[in-house]
Amino acid sequence: MDVVLFGITAVCALAGGAGVILSRRPVHSALGLLLVLLSLAVDYLLLGAQFIAAAQVIIYAGAIVVLFVFIIMLLSPGGSDSPASGLKGGALAGPVAAPFVAALCALLAAGLVALVSRASPVPKAALPAAFGTVQDVGRSLFGRYLLPFEAASLVLLAGMIGGVALGRRLGPRT
Amino acid sequence: MPAPYYLALSAVLFAAGAAGVLVRRSALIVFMSIELMLNAVNLTLVTFARLRGSVDGQVLVFFVLVVAAAEVVVGLAIIVDVFRSRETVDVDAEAALRG
Repeated sequence: MDVVLFGITAVCALAGGAGVILSRRPVHSALGLLLVLLSLAVDYLLLGAQFIAAAQVIIYAGAIVVLFVFIIMLLSPGGSDSPASGLKGGALAGPVAAPFVAALCALLAAGLVALVSRASPVPKAALPAAFGTVQDVGRSLFGRYLLPFEAASLVLLAGMIGGVALGRRLGPRT
Repeated sequence: MPAPYYLALSAVLFAAGAAGVLVRRSALIVFMSIELMLNAVNLTLVTFARLRGSVDGQVLVFFVLVVAAAEVVVGLAIIVDVFRSRETVDVDAEAALRG
């Protein structure tokens, strides 16, 4: 069961990731990102992280992707014929970049093979029953990590103020 | 399911995100690729939290979520601001910060 679910989510996540970086229209990239985020939420459930899976769906899939889609609709940066849909100048081109990219891909593949070849099952018995629930994460969050938690609220406040300050139109367009 | 498979998926997703940041010209897609990389790291953290039987990794993921939310709000506001003044989201066309 776990193997089947992981296989499905892995294929979906990889397809979504490829969709993010390969699609020519930003809306399709946003949909690919949504696919990746939902697949990873299922993976979090498989790994016993219920709270993180719920937070992933609410914050990432619910808020951040909607923000992306909203900005895409606002800017409408064009379809396949707009210059911003292409590749960066000189990226992946030329005699220097191609061997470099090939070497990096080979390195990644070798690392993945080495990683997967020594696979051993995750120990299941060692975990408490409440591992990863809201109570468990919350106890840690309001205990050992209380100071970082409060700092996180300041980060969110700074982000909110920054967004408002940047989004406000300052006088007539220059 | 063995943990290295999760780590391998995370590595491939991170590589895809890094490739998107390096290669694409649209600032919006560069931002989505950054989100992809952050999510790959989150998957690694959750996997190691599961391996160690400790919830600390999941708390770290929570903080990554918070920072990602703030980063997206400020970054998209900057993109909108640049688009208002330059009428483009092409990161190659934007050279105002070049030294």
